[in-house]
Amino acid sequence: MTDSKSRPDRVAAHIAALPRSGIRDFFELVIAMDDVISLGVGEPDFNTPWGIREATIYSLERGRTNYTSNLGLLSLRKAVCEYVAKDFDVRYDPEKECIITVGVSEALDLILRAVLEAGDEVVYHEPCYVSYPACISMAQAVPVPIVTHKEGQFRLDPAELEKAVTPRTKAVLINFPNNPTGANIDFAQKQAIAEIAVRHDLLVITDEIYSELTYGERCKSIAAFPGMKDRTVFLHGFSKAYAMTGFRIGYACGPHDMIEAMMKIHQYSMLCASIMGQEAALEALRRGRNDMESMRREYRIRRNVIVKRFNDIGLSCHLPEGAFYAFPDVSSTGLSGTEFATRLLQQEKVAVVPGPAFSRHADNHVRCSYAVSLDDIETATSRISRFVAGLTA
Amino acid sequence: MNTDDMDQLLSQLRRNARLPASQLAERLMMSQEAVEKLIAECEAEGIIRGYYPLINEDKCADKKVRAIIEVTVRPERDLGFDRIAGNLAKFNEVTDVTLVSGSYDLQLIVVGDSLQDVAGFVSTKLAPIDGVQSTRTHFVLMKYKEAGFQLEDNEEYDRLKITP
Ligand SMILES: Cc1ncc(COP(=O)(O)O)c(C=O)c1O
Repeated sequence: MTDSKSRPDRVAAHIAALPRSGIRDFFELVIAMDDVISLGVGEPDFNTPWGIREATIYSLERGRTNYTSNLGLLSLRKAVCEYVAKDFDVRYDPEKECIITVGVSEALDLILRAVLEAGDEVVYHEPCYVSYPACISMAQAVPVPIVTHKEGQFRLDPAELEKAVTPRTKAVLINFPNNPTGANIDFAQKQAIAEIAVRHDLLVITDEIYSELTYGERCKSIAAFPGMKDRTVFLHGFSKAYAMTGFRIGYACGPHDMIEAMMKIHQYSMLCASIMGQEAALEALRRGRNDMESMRREYRIRRNVIVKRFNDIGLSCHLPEGAFYAFPDVSSTGLSGTEFATRLLQQEKVAVVPGPAFSRHADNHVRCSYAVSLDDIETATSRISRFVAGLTA
Repeated sequence: MNTDDMDQLLSQLRRNARLPASQLAERLMMSQEAVEKLIAECEAEGIIRGYYPLINEDKCADKKVRAIIEVTVRPERDLGFDRIAGNLAKFNEVTDVTLVSGSYDLQLIVVGDSLQDVAGFVSTKLAPIDGVQSTRTHFVLMKYKEAGFQLEDNEEYDRLKITP
């Protein structure tokens, strides 16, 4: 055994300072237990539609196993730009304004590293996807959270955004539909955020990975608002809507100089995204739409069931407008989100993720994914009901 | 009748016709009474004609023999294929009758206790019918998927319990 105390501390200070993801801690508890029903998953329970998998196998049969252009297959970039023009109402040039990445994860890291310098500030909203503050810190910049609230259905209040902006603010990072709250924003809110970005000359990074999974009206991207295309980097990918998490394909569309800067980092650190994944993504865009829509219909039904059941149990839960997460408030039980999740796991073997994994201000909440079968949702919510009844008895 | 609600109701029932109205109500965000009324309407209008279990016949003790039979038929003045198709549908041995385009006209599914049984039905009942010009019998060897359900699920599935 080596004594780490006797060695010099080799880990960089800004990495050592990163918190461990709260999700990981909870994960350790869950894997130590058998027969858990987990509402803790951030990925679809559907397998990738067979047509997409079959096209991937065919591409392997043809020997398509090489590197691709750093930017990604041109055929895929063309299909992506067509799709973004049609569904999000912004036109990008596939040759210059689009890059294929290893998931939205890499795209996010690239754009942050490409634009941030030490001391820059990035405003984002919490509760949020676990990577945001960490990736901003890794790019040596300062994460500036705006807390969104249950009362405001976890939408970003433009007034709060305006207050958070300082002369050091370089970018705003937004994610709607949102992980973990399921919140979405509408036309008027996008417009208000766009106006603020223009007024303060800010870059907007918009993570629209859940956009297909919108259950109400779907509105164009913030990149499509007046004055925004030149100051927005649009991030999207295939993980969620097409149930392709393991393929690891995402993309960024934006102004040529931004994409070029991202491409520089990507070419030296990643070279290119896997060609198998890119071939699969191309098939998803060409022929995957019906499969995607039938998954969306299914999520919508699951959402209806889980939200009604939480409210019936007395855990107040807004109706999420997108993604596949419900974010109930558990404070009526007298427990914090962390206590609730821990005791629920021990007593009833149901895993949910405590709110603080997504924001330290979210300890009244737990995140429950409904990317699980209706049977599991029904069993899990019955168990939660029994658990909550036992607390007040 | 709201066609959107009806589509959603039917797609739920297609997957599980035994779901109680209380569960359907949660899934469709409707009241239980509204669901019951909608189902009653679908039944009254003949949109829902019945409910039956999906059975993996290979696992049944009383194994039946099934054949898909392609039938070419001489269409009749004014009636087309309707009269003959309707009469074929009256045989208890025939479980499905479908008019198709292409090189034959009617596709039947015929069920019997043995190969001889089905073959006998074809040669003594079906083929001699006036207007039936030819038949071609394909015995079913194995069924993999029916009504959208895979009868033997061959996909392993093992994902992480907690992910961001
Ligand atoms: C908001 C958000 N952005 C990005 C990602 C990462 O997705 P990808 O698989 O494309 O890297 C996730 C995954 O959970 C997410 O929820």
